[in-house]
Amino acid sequence: MSAPLLSVRDVGKRFGGRVACRDVNFDLWPGEVLGIVGESGSGKTTLLNCLAGRLVPDSGSVAYETRSAGSVDVHRLSEARRRLLARTEWGFVNQDAREGLRMGVSAGANIGERLMAVGARHYGEIRGQAIDWMARVEIDADRVDDRPTTYSGGMRQRLQIARNLVSKPRLVFMDEPTGGLDVSVQARLLDLLRGLVEGLHLSVVLVTHDLGVARLLTHRLMVMQGGTVVEQGLTDQVLDDPQHPYTQMLVSSILPV
Amino acid sequence: MYVAVKGGETAIAHSLDLVADKRRGDRDVPELSLEQIDQQLGLAVDRVMTEGSCYDRSLAALAIKQARGDLIEAIFLLRAYRTTLPRFGASEPLDTTRMVAERRISSTFKDVPGGQVLGPTYDYTHRLLDFSLAAAGERAEAPTAPADATSALPRVGDILQRDGLLEPPPSRDDGEARDLTREPLVLPADRTLRLQNLARGDEGFLLALGYSTQRGYGNNHPFVGEIRYGHVPVSFVPEELGFAVEIGEIDVTECDMVNQFAGSHEVPPQFTRGYGLAFGHAERKAMAMALVDRALRADELGEAATSPAQDEEFVLAHSDNVEASGFVQHLKLPHYVDFQSELVVVRALRAEVEERREQSALAQAAE
Amino acid sequence: MPDTTVRDTAPQDGAYNYAYLDEQTKRMIRRAILKAVAVPGYQVPFGGREMPLPYGWGTGGIQVTAAIIGREDTLKVIDQGADDTTNAVSIRRFFARVADVATTTHTEEATIIQTRHRVPETPLTDGQILVFQVPIPEPLRMLEPRETETRTLHALSEYGVMQVSLYESIARHGRIAKTYNYPVLVNGRYIMSPSPIPKFDNPKLDRSPALQLYGAGREKRIYAVPPYTPVKSLDFDDHPFEIETWSESCALCGSTESFLDEMIVDDTGKRLFVCSDTDYCESRR
Repeated sequence: MSAPLLSVRDVGKRFGGRVACRDVNFDLWPGEVLGIVGESGSGKTTLLNCLAGRLVPDSGSVAYETRSAGSVDVHRLSEARRRLLARTEWGFVNQDAREGLRMGVSAGANIGERLMAVGARHYGEIRGQAIDWMARVEIDADRVDDRPTTYSGGMRQRLQIARNLVSKPRLVFMDEPTGGLDVSVQARLLDLLRGLVEGLHLSVVLVTHDLGVARLLTHRLMVMQGGTVVEQGLTDQVLDDPQHPYTQMLVSSILPV
Repeated sequence: MYVAVKGGETAIAHSLDLVADKRRGDRDVPELSLEQIDQQLGLAVDRVMTEGSCYDRSLAALAIKQARGDLIEAIFLLRAYRTTLPRFGASEPLDTTRMVAERRISSTFKDVPGGQVLGPTYDYTHRLLDFSLAAAGERAEAPTAPADATSALPRVGDILQRDGLLEPPPSRDDGEARDLTREPLVLPADRTLRLQNLARGDEGFLLALGYSTQRGYGNNHPFVGEIRYGHVPVSFVPEELGFAVEIGEIDVTECDMVNQFAGSHEVPPQFTRGYGLAFGHAERKAMAMALVDRALRADELGEAATSPAQDEEFVLAHSDNVEASGFVQHLKLPHYVDFQSELVVVRALRAEVEERREQSALAQAAE
Repeated sequence: MPDTTVRDTAPQDGAYNYAYLDEQTKRMIRRAILKAVAVPGYQVPFGGREMPLPYGWGTGGIQVTAAIIGREDTLKVIDQGADDTTNAVSIRRFFARVADVATTTHTEEATIIQTRHRVPETPLTDGQILVFQVPIPEPLRMLEPRETETRTLHALSEYGVMQVSLYESIARHGRIAKTYNYPVLVNGRYIMSPSPIPKFDNPKLDRSPALQLYGAGREKRIYAVPPYTPVKSLDFDDHPFEIETWSESCALCGSTESFLDEMIVDDTGKRLFVCSDTDYCESRR
């Protein structure tokens, strides 16, 4: 496999008169974790949504190398194919787990949904796989029939992750996956994510404002300011030897733990 | 021995007799005439015409009489009748600047060209029951001021628009007028279809939604740009003639709301519009409709649509009181077969729970 | 066998067209029906009219029947399986009056059967049409309230949400607890609501020789299942679809095969079970 998983060329998006992001270029390779960091308003979430097919960019292209059908232009696909892709080859972890879960049905149903969507019809097996995944994301198996409304924030996030990973995606988009969680809960979640990403050889595009998260999870980093990418490179290099003044400012303002 | 209950036909016939009897009431009391209803309960007639989508005062009065004053039932009767009427086309759009107005007010300016004409309104009455109305007989009082009918009043909206302060009204659509009574509502709907739905919509429902916007559920900072009530001519272009002919006059109430301005640093801000129209004198309806019309424009105007009044599907699907009344009241029809199915399952589930309890009790006892 | 067809001798109401609807409207409804038959299980929007009966009382079924009925037809109307429930009587009288058509209570003699909440026990034949009254045509409605979204789900065959609701039912109750309006897959493509018939009746829809037409007046949708079309009730491999059973039999005719109504006959809660399908029951006595 010699093609990048995701090829992004000159992507830009505006809202009315305001430029949200522009001139974004990069390739993402299988097994790579790319971080997009910046303050709020830097355009990183808009960019993520453009990459994941949720927003249509005003310029540029996003090409994805599918499992078995070659390369596709994400925004030229029919809605049917894009939705299918999102369910089978991709994952999207929202900052607020409630947006990525069905709060009104059990954890088992949440995890099993993608399996059922592609034809799984054995209740016992579906539930079994759900329990299996709950173990992998460290949720107690006897919570399988409980609804996420009864879960803590950290548990919901882990459930959201399981719901995404059950379909064995190749590419996962994450929007501040540890945002809004307690520091200790965050740490545990980050460990879990790192283990899963490595173990499953996932490719990830991860948006975060937290450089600590970026350091722990990502191989490469893109720093955004005011809608443009001001610096990119290997994570350790960017964080240890920042070149752009904005990156330097970001790095220097991390409070030492 | 159980004998199946029969006689549905007789029961229905009997119930129809009872309804007719109740409708007439005490035979010693004089029967209502349609003219009395039209003249002295005119606002009820106006509402039935508006939501029945049919401008005919005596038909609406008949419907009210037949429905014993239940206005939603009367609206249903009028609509069912309307369905059978042949159509010969759509009128030209009403030109309400040609209205001979009995009443015309604006809250946006202290005074406007043509003046503020208070006209007949309950707004400044004191809500004290007037017991002199309970006595039979005429009050021989002439009105203290002559009826003030003014025509050719320039629109307040046009004045604001000339200075670019108010967005222009939607450009005239030369396509065919849509008709919700002939085609199903398909979402997303455009503004013309929405307005038609709202015009026929239940006044109470729209009132509540409009009210909710004022209380923060999607506030759009409304001002009454203008309300005018009076009669307007209706024109129609018959195919054979090829030019417009006035076929009559109707009374309408029109409300132009002036709402929250849209714009930014680069785009000069303008006030936006909401529009309401009703048959007869129906300000509450026209105003509520204008508030909801504006709320439903949230997407078009780039506003976040977060409240019920801004949810197009929610509003348009539930505004029709004839549909709502039918479906709510249909629960009175027999549902015993489905209920029987539910009984079977509930009993089975309860038996299973009982069994599990017994078994675990046995297991505990054995230990 | 006595002649059980009845022709109403009341004079026809001259102010209205045959079967009440004007010809343009009937044509519009028939076009919708043809589209529906061409795509089994797909909900076709149609310009439903205000009818003289309220929404919820069968206006959809009435419009479908009015569009297809002719003087040679024989009409049967049932509600809860019975010919003599008040609304069935009311609708039958309506058609007798506006369509000058023969009516019957016998399933085998009817060419058109309009029904609310049941399928007749007597198997239907080639040449019969079963018209269902439908309150909520959208099988996904209670899972997804927005029409714009459910339309897309059907178009893309994205039915995960339905299977999830069945899964959830098993997780909660140990079984699929849906008892009426039980969702079905039609011709392997569209998920359809069979109307609020008890699941007991679902198997009768599968490959039925009769034409099934479904009319929802308030929601303005028509859908159809042509004869001999596969109709499969949704389930799981390890929780297969099952119909209701009773330990009792009909107190009047002794049937152990039909759907039974439960009657409470006295204050002490004594119960009797009787066939819901009155014609079927009578024909066995």
